[in-house]
Amino acid sequence: MTLTHLPQPTKNTDSDTAEVSLSYEQVEALGRELDELRARVVADLGERDREYIYSIISVQRKLEFAGRAAMYVPFLPPVWLAGVGSLALSKILDNMEIGHNVMHGQYDWMREDTYNSREFDWDTVCPGDQWKHSHNYMHHTYTNILGEDRDVGYGILRMDRDQKWNPYYLGNLAYATALMVFFEWGVMLHDLEAENIVQGKRKWTDVKGLLKGMWNKASKQVAKDYIIYPALTGPFFASTLVGNASANIVRNLWTYSIIFCGHFPTGAQTFTSEECADETKGQWYVRQMLGSANITGSRLFHILSGNLSHQIEHHLYPDVPANRYPEMAAEVREICERYGLPYNTGGLSQQLGSTWKKIAKLSLPNFMTKDDNNVVVNIEREKAAGAA
Amino acid sequence: MANRIATLVGSLVEATATPYPVDRYLEFIDPMLTWRDTRAKVLEVRRQTDRSVTLTLQPTRQWKGHRAGQYVEVGVVIDGVRHRRFFSPANAESNRGELEITVAVHDGGLVSNHLREQVRPGEVLTLDSTGGEFSLPQERPERVVLVSGGSGITPVLSMLRTLISEGHRGPVTFVHYARTPDDVPYSVELDAIDRTVDGVDVRLHYTRTDAPEHFSAAHIADVAEADGAQVYMCGPAALMDAVREYTDGAGIADRLHTEAFTLAAPIEIDPDDVTGEITFSGSDVTAENDGRTILEQAEDAGLNPEYGCRMGICFSCTKVRKAGSTRNVLTGDIESEPDQHVQICVTAPCGDVEIDA
Repeated sequence: MTLTHLPQPTKNTDSDTAEVSLSYEQVEALGRELDELRARVVADLGERDREYIYSIISVQRKLEFAGRAAMYVPFLPPVWLAGVGSLALSKILDNMEIGHNVMHGQYDWMREDTYNSREFDWDTVCPGDQWKHSHNYMHHTYTNILGEDRDVGYGILRMDRDQKWNPYYLGNLAYATALMVFFEWGVMLHDLEAENIVQGKRKWTDVKGLLKGMWNKASKQVAKDYIIYPALTGPFFASTLVGNASANIVRNLWTYSIIFCGHFPTGAQTFTSEECADETKGQWYVRQMLGSANITGSRLFHILSGNLSHQIEHHLYPDVPANRYPEMAAEVREICERYGLPYNTGGLSQQLGSTWKKIAKLSLPNFMTKDDNNVVVNIEREKAAGAA
Repeated sequence: MANRIATLVGSLVEATATPYPVDRYLEFIDPMLTWRDTRAKVLEVRRQTDRSVTLTLQPTRQWKGHRAGQYVEVGVVIDGVRHRRFFSPANAESNRGELEITVAVHDGGLVSNHLREQVRPGEVLTLDSTGGEFSLPQERPERVVLVSGGSGITPVLSMLRTLISEGHRGPVTFVHYARTPDDVPYSVELDAIDRTVDGVDVRLHYTRTDAPEHFSAAHIADVAEADGAQVYMCGPAALMDAVREYTDGAGIADRLHTEAFTLAAPIEIDPDDVTGEITFSGSDVTAENDGRTILEQAEDAGLNPEYGCRMGICFSCTKVRKAGSTRNVLTGDIESEPDQHVQICVTAPCGDVEIDA
């Protein structure tokens, strides 16, 4: 099949909505191109990638040490504040570029005892194994499918016009703000599916094991940051506790912001179970691209976001080392453009702004606001009858 | 009391490092400064023959030593990947101290070639604890016959050195088969032992000279059939078979103690090979390989392995391939290295495969 007859995005005359249609064969050809890109990068993995992740871990350890040390000098406020910043940065690197990516299996090929998806656990209250279930499996398999991907609204928020409105959602902005501040705890509770327990769809006995895992993990994390390290600073117990809590909250604000920019800015699409039933790998790829959004920024910004600023590439290749996403992005974008597909990207303030705007708008029923998705993509899900 | 304080301090240190092992911090200061892990620094690299390398290693304090004949797992990073292989220490058995391994290089051998050509003094390797039943008994036999071929020399050399260092009184016969005189590591030492240590007799035979000498009963019959003599043997399959045939015939099979070492011969794998059996060793189930993914075949065999996405992205279904070759159905890649993790939802067996599930 030649790609010379690709449809161009055409502007619909009676609205701002552009419509793109891809045939079954075009989607499969797109899938093959993405598979080839992956194969090229995977074949090239080696010492460079190992050195990269170890260098990030080394920086994270140093930042953590500096942050813990600064807690001994609360009487010098600038040093203490720098310590909070250092500890927050350490936790951000730990959760994003190290934890999230290692637990995706991105570094399993190194065959290291700790830095693999089976053994790793991160510096947050959410147990690694539970997160791997709700994130690696549920979210990455069923990305943006309403009713299946619980990352759409986390069971608390209304994040899509197709979620039925009720008066509870008038508090959308307040719930989102609370989730942002206490994000680490929200992530911990994610796998419980609390709203399903409330609605009686899930029994308490089903979640006993999950609760025990949460208790084991969270109690150790709380003991570390709010008892042991404060106690180790002796007379500065209170200031260290405040410092550690602040670092955790700064990390929460950052991780929430990056993660919410991944799937909720204007233009990111959602799907129904029916349309995604029996989808091919090519169709899965298209869904990942349409449902994800990138953030532009400097190299440092990408590292601090765990390269989730390359959310599109991450969703296409969740187990490819994240330090490879920047070099893959140019090619993914070129492929998108060639097939007429949108490649949703923008600066942090733009993506964040549009995400909060969406949270605000969706607190109201649909008739009071208007849909601002500007590209509609139709893909032919079934092979046309009689096609070769 | 002191012990309890040490334990308390220990748990406090581990609590401050949670959720990471303490070693994940210490390794950035000095990889030889370890809390629990065992590692070893390369002190010396000697190339005794054209096809081997001898490494002298300084282990960390966690190393509990080895018994003569046992093996240890050594891990080394090659192009970003940690590879692990078993080697028998060649030095006399000890509870502490240095460790010496001699590695035979074989064509295309990734780890053996790397150890010979790339490893330099100062590099730190990982070690895992010793294992193996092939070792001298605590009560040493009076008469000992040690038989080895090729790189099988290391465990029996360890036995010989151990007996000598203990001042063993009985007769010890050391019989070794090599391709040529140039292929015998430790030849200078063996020669010196032969000349200077009472009761030790070293017999070397060469299999690729003008007059090749393969094992024959005459090489050891005089000593092996003596009262109470014990024979310890390590070498390639052909040698093992020949010695076993001899001891069976001589009625001394119960005095033979062996360890096989196998050269991983490159096997041609046919990706479309849907023959063979798939063995789920964790649950004692065996099924005919029908060519589908391991997950599907496990489910059809009545097992319920954990799985998630069923498309190779979530890593919920990772299991250990103990033996055999598998094919990644997404990429077509074939892998055969034992004890590696595979995602069973996108992996199909090629021929006989053993999965720990």
